[in-house]
Amino acid sequence: MTQAPSLPAPATGPALHARGLRKHYGGTAALDGFDLTVERGTVHALLGPNGAGKSTAVNTLATLTRVEEGEARVAGLDVRSQHAQVRSAIGLVGQAAALDEVLHGRENLVMFARLHGLSTPAARDRAAGLLEALDLTEAADRKVSTYSGGMRRRLDIAVALLTRPAVLFLDEPTTGLDPRGRADVWEAVRRAVALGTTVLLTTQYLDEADQLADRITVMDAGRVVAEGSPAELKSRLGGDRVLVGLPDAVDAAVVRDAVAAVTHSEVHVDRDAGGLVVEAGTAGGTHALVAVVRALDASGVTPTHVHLREPTLDEVFLHLTDRTATPEESHS
Amino acid sequence: MSATTTLRQSWIIMLRDLKHWQREPWTPLFGIAFTIMLVLVFGYLFGGSIVLPGGGDYLDYLMPGMFALAMMFGLEGTMTAIANDSKRGVTQRFRSLPISSVAVPLGRAGADLANSTVELLVLVGGGLVIGWRAGGSWSESLLAVALLLWLRFALLWVGILLGLVLRGEGGVMAVQVLVWPLGFLSNVFVSPEDMPAWLGTVAQWNPVSATAAACRDLFGNPTGITTGPLAEHATTVALVWPLVIAAVFVPLSARAYRRLSG
Repeated sequence: MTQAPSLPAPATGPALHARGLRKHYGGTAALDGFDLTVERGTVHALLGPNGAGKSTAVNTLATLTRVEEGEARVAGLDVRSQHAQVRSAIGLVGQAAALDEVLHGRENLVMFARLHGLSTPAARDRAAGLLEALDLTEAADRKVSTYSGGMRRRLDIAVALLTRPAVLFLDEPTTGLDPRGRADVWEAVRRAVALGTTVLLTTQYLDEADQLADRITVMDAGRVVAEGSPAELKSRLGGDRVLVGLPDAVDAAVVRDAVAAVTHSEVHVDRDAGGLVVEAGTAGGTHALVAVVRALDASGVTPTHVHLREPTLDEVFLHLTDRTATPEESHS
Repeated sequence: MSATTTLRQSWIIMLRDLKHWQREPWTPLFGIAFTIMLVLVFGYLFGGSIVLPGGGDYLDYLMPGMFALAMMFGLEGTMTAIANDSKRGVTQRFRSLPISSVAVPLGRAGADLANSTVELLVLVGGGLVIGWRAGGSWSESLLAVALLLWLRFALLWVGILLGLVLRGEGGVMAVQVLVWPLGFLSNVFVSPEDMPAWLGTVAQWNPVSATAAACRDLFGNPTGITTGPLAEHATTVALVWPLVIAAVFVPLSARAYRRLSG
């Protein structure tokens, strides 16, 4: 029985390691001294706006784009001198589904597995296992042309996993999908990791990085703006956010002053259909929450609800990219 | 990449191409229906007023020509299938696989030849029903079928190249229109000896004419030829023409496939 080409990856060291990558298109730098380290068995997100260099970073690591400067290793293999070995150690899922629309999902997997050198029985086994793992068994014997966007993307991921790659690259895996499709693809990514793959994904969606990634690299203009776990990045904003809902009749200025006096931070007041919503940053956690309620009580105001939450990555992202003008803060 | 590995990969691709027809049979069925329509139009509508040089029944003359023409028109199907594949993501995936660069075109060739064999059987059956008769021996008739498939094999590489190069709808449409004058400028419907001299010379040298003339000879049908190279050496020319076409277009289409980007 033939097996899929197994990965020649060494047992130690990071799954991905890049230092000082540079790549220009015309006069603009797509990568401008890009660094990245991804540990084995983790999900790492490259987060950034359009044109930040995310896809160029992935293409460079996947050997589709030649590096101008710098060095990179994928599963311990040099992307410059070991092209073929790197390619057999990785799986790549691009933005367009690379599937045969007329064939069934299972037939796609069996065909690609056989083209990878597996015998027919081995290919059938592998296909059945991946269909099960990515929750596609029910749709396995239907034409791909009847699949939803999320199902196509999951089948695409399954095809990429046929060779048991050491590293799976996903370039904007949920772009253009509906919320259900996104959730399904997220689950597929988690299952791919459970099967032993390291995942590097690019995304423009902060909640996606928050949901999936163990670590996040924030990119802007071809460089790393910040790196850390979702919790670390959020803590950079200086703690949590306090939200207070108030009846419509309350004087906004009174509330603003009362909250600002306790939190020592900028206070946003919004008026919506249900009344006033007051939001402020605080490093004090639940203590700050209690202090805000006391201060409002002292001003004779009774909140309709109070709420403490972590900052969203959106807030972190805007905060970080606003500061990219000062170069000494662009490396973490 | 060893030859057996390449053949195995081509076989897998061929099964995939055949499955497309099984799932969506309208394209090949339409192709066959169209050829049958042409037979009826020329055999009955125009046939009565055509007198062949050297004599003979027009329907007996027409049918081998139609077989050859069907083989030529087959390149449209090849071209469309290749163009559709390369517009979608699946060709990119094939290219990213560690497989021989000729596996995909060879698989296509195998599937198209299988399709054309079925088409030929239907046409032969249909011809026999409406009164066409092959007077030659069994071995001669089989050789004629082999020559027809040989022409199809050579021309399908032209289809692969065109499909890879002209991926847009416009290019494909242009070829679908241009195969008509190329097919008609042959001895399929009328003998070149009845054409203006220069046109007759061109028609005589059309590869489709060589195959049609050789098939008429082998099936024991009237050839409409009294003089010229095809009078004596039709079978040889029908062997050599496709060989020349394949020698030019196999490497060209393999190169186009390797260079395919986007």
